[in-house]
Amino acid sequence: MVTTTSRTRPAAGAGRPLSPGSIVQSALVALFVVFMVVFILGPLLWLGVRAFAGTWTFPNLLPDDWTLRWWQVVISDHALGVAVQNSLFFAPLTVLVSAIICLPAAYAFARFDFPGRRFFLISLFATNAFPKMGLFVTLAALFYALNLMNSVLGILVVHVLGTVVFMTWIPAAAFSAVPRNLEEAARDAGASKLRVFASVTLPMALPGIIVAAVMSFLASFDEAQGTYLVGAPDFMTMPTQMYSLVLNYPTQVAAVFSILLAIPSVALMLAAHKHILGGQLAEGFQIK
Amino acid sequence: MTIHEPLTEQPASTTGPGAEAGGGLNIRGLHKILGGRTIIDNLDLAVNEGELVSLLGPSGCGKTTTLRMIAGFLEPDSGSIEVEGQEVSHLGAENRPSAMVFQNYALWPHMTVARNIGFPLKLRKMSKVEIKDRVEAVLELVSLLHHKDSKPARISGGEQQRVALARALVQEPKLLLLDEPLSNLDAKLRVKVREDIRKIQQELGITTVIVTHDQEEAMSMSDRIAVMNAGRIEQYSTPAALYARPETEFVATFIGSMNRVEGSLNNGLITAGPDILGIRPEDVILHDVPFDGAIPATVERVVPRGHFQEVYLHRPDARLRSFVTGEFMEPGQQTFAEIRKAMTFRDGRLVAEAGAAR
Repeated sequence: MVTTTSRTRPAAGAGRPLSPGSIVQSALVALFVVFMVVFILGPLLWLGVRAFAGTWTFPNLLPDDWTLRWWQVVISDHALGVAVQNSLFFAPLTVLVSAIICLPAAYAFARFDFPGRRFFLISLFATNAFPKMGLFVTLAALFYALNLMNSVLGILVVHVLGTVVFMTWIPAAAFSAVPRNLEEAARDAGASKLRVFASVTLPMALPGIIVAAVMSFLASFDEAQGTYLVGAPDFMTMPTQMYSLVLNYPTQVAAVFSILLAIPSVALMLAAHKHILGGQLAEGFQIK
Repeated sequence: MTIHEPLTEQPASTTGPGAEAGGGLNIRGLHKILGGRTIIDNLDLAVNEGELVSLLGPSGCGKTTTLRMIAGFLEPDSGSIEVEGQEVSHLGAENRPSAMVFQNYALWPHMTVARNIGFPLKLRKMSKVEIKDRVEAVLELVSLLHHKDSKPARISGGEQQRVALARALVQEPKLLLLDEPLSNLDAKLRVKVREDIRKIQQELGITTVIVTHDQEEAMSMSDRIAVMNAGRIEQYSTPAALYARPETEFVATFIGSMNRVEGSLNNGLITAGPDILGIRPEDVILHDVPFDGAIPATVERVVPRGHFQEVYLHRPDARLRSFVTGEFMEPGQQTFAEIRKAMTFRDGRLVAEAGAAR
């Protein structure tokens, strides 16, 4: 790593001993790596250990004793079980609803030129441009009027709102990256417009749509503020339950719960990663 | 010296043999305005059944627009398009009896070669067995059977081109359309593929329209060539006629190489005049010794072009280029240049051909 960086710089010359500049550079790289490890892997490691720790007193590097008790607490606790269920109910539903609403919009943004196209595309960012809590408070006022507080529909609206940007922008880019003449070739072969979409446009845009779906799933899975405001205490999802856990239970339970919360995210990321890198994106197929 | 009557106003031959035959392709009064600019200006074109016709012209002349209107991707503002006697201009691309080979092949990257070719048949609700048979037959025709399970990204450009051709042929279209089919291939492969396309086209006797900007490609493949300029057909004739007797100055300069000199030819000498003379470089003959009709000239520059040299000459009456085979010429060398044949253009149109018949 160090030698390659120095070699790419013409001043350093190939095969020469390391210059002071490159030593400083490699030191900085090493520092960065250590920093990343400590601040990213460190907390995760602590979390992993914490979830299995009995008592853990200050100067000790490892817990005094190990236990699975906290896992048992989480699994047997009814409220927590419901939270897991709720999360696993809302996240896929959010992705589905968001896809049904946003994918046609994404296609329209990519393929049709209509008045106000840019305005609408930019305005999708509006939900992300303001502090979330401010938005949710106004939303709550509206929800009271519409009788949507403490309802599945209310929570769903909050979750879908958070995914609109991903579900529109990323698939729109994916749709517009599908070369027009591939669609024309399908029409020329005798395919109807719907068939062209199903057989050519959609399969080719699929990697982008999957990325959007994964991001929407995670966004819904992690959504806490709005869900808490609209759904609590009737509908508690995993992240909203986290709030009460941190306050009411020993920290170990929160650790166990964080790990549980992370499992779907990690699994989904790995699956999507494999699929996307195995798809046409990795083919390096060059088409205008 | 032969003098022709000035030619009529209409350059496009609207009454080709195809006009009455009813077969092939028949375009009448095609008109298209895009962004306030007239792209296609009242164009007529008749292609006989089984004939291969090239639309040849510089970029922006409207040749691709014409092809896209024939294929159904673009709607003409007015005019009719008939394929084998059937009016198609109101039909969408999916309902037209034509098949197109795209410039960059437009193969679907997520399908194998066999599925790419089988897709049009699948749309026609053929049985799996029949699709398989037909796909294999057409793959055999383009000698790519060994690649039937490859993805398009895994095969070479020339092979992709043949797959695209196979995908068009498998539909057994009444009209085959090719948009710059060879422009993405290297020079050697281009010669081979164009011969392949011509051979297959003649074997199947399929009416074909090719769009190209490469005159060599058009000359070597076509039965007839329609030279296009600014949305109009300048001339529509056989490759040989196009070269030997270009009807307009544009065609003369676009097809092959030409010396363009203002003036007129009198006894082998160019004298001042309002007309334009078009002299093919191969009609400028160089002699080592004084010769009847030849005028002393100095060699200014010699460009070796492989099997011939392009010689830039300075004659007292004009600067000329000549194609010379044989002995290598030197700049500064004295020679005698004879103009064996010249075309005279007035207002851009051919009015006279002058030359010694030898």
